[in-house]
Amino acid sequence: MQAAVIVFPGSNCDRDVAVCLEAATGQAPLMAWHGDANLPKCDLIVLPGGFSYGDYLRCGSMAANSPIMREVVAQAHKGAAVLGICNGFQVLTECGLLPGVLMQNKGLNFVCRNTQLTVTNNTTAFTSLYGAGEEITIPVAHNEGNYFADDHTLKQLQDEDRIALSYAKGDNPNGACLDIAGISDASGRIVGMMPHPERRAEAALGGDDGKRMFSGIVEALS
Amino acid sequence: MKATIHITLKNGVLDPQGKAIENALGSLGFGGVDEVRQGKLIEVNLSENDAEKARATLTDMCEKLLANTVIENYDIHLSEA
Repeated sequence: MQAAVIVFPGSNCDRDVAVCLEAATGQAPLMAWHGDANLPKCDLIVLPGGFSYGDYLRCGSMAANSPIMREVVAQAHKGAAVLGICNGFQVLTECGLLPGVLMQNKGLNFVCRNTQLTVTNNTTAFTSLYGAGEEITIPVAHNEGNYFADDHTLKQLQDEDRIALSYAKGDNPNGACLDIAGISDASGRIVGMMPHPERRAEAALGGDDGKRMFSGIVEALS
Repeated sequence: MKATIHITLKNGVLDPQGKAIENALGSLGFGGVDEVRQGKLIEVNLSENDAEKARATLTDMCEKLLANTVIENYDIHLSEA
């Protein structure tokens, strides 16, 4: 299975994600640079967290228009699984692979802490190893994680069961609509999430609730 | 031509920075401020001299990059450079 991590100038979770992917797949993922116009055919592509292009203009907007993203979008349309974490989620909304937008946190503060999440949909390619409605702990670290979409889009996400992860009741760190922490596309192969599963993927990090995100996608693809 | 593009949050979209500015103005003693909304101003100098063509190009720029039309409106003002 070929996995790739896209590295933008300002990405800072790329190597953590690579460690998780290597643990899950048994081989080191391809690290693809933002300026590359070509990407070998991949089964799984991860857009990591960080501050791509210094968050200029809007978070993720510059990265969404970088040469490598044309390849990512093309492969996503052909069936590759794509996971966007934090800044990667922002990139996925900016490039149109997922709807909505991540706005500044309601409280105006950068929030860096563990959050309690509910696995709202465990049928996506990334959440299949969690129980339906299971509560897990995964940290967030962001200033723009406040998920917003118009009412029509929010209703569509609910009706099509595309809210993959929600902040547990009373633990919404950013004011996100419907307590949304992560959503998927209609096929469940493309997932964007604000929390960082790679930061809680082994016991030494305080817990390993994030690990099943990576082992789940490997199982789903094999 | 010179273009000045105002990018503002759509009505109904929460603007926490605008709210904070509004509160700060209140605490400085400025009364009568009903609402503050914060946006962006982008200036673009174009070699194009035809206003209609320039506006079409700028509209395309706004749709593709400068604004996120999920939450933002844009307003293009053109003037001779």
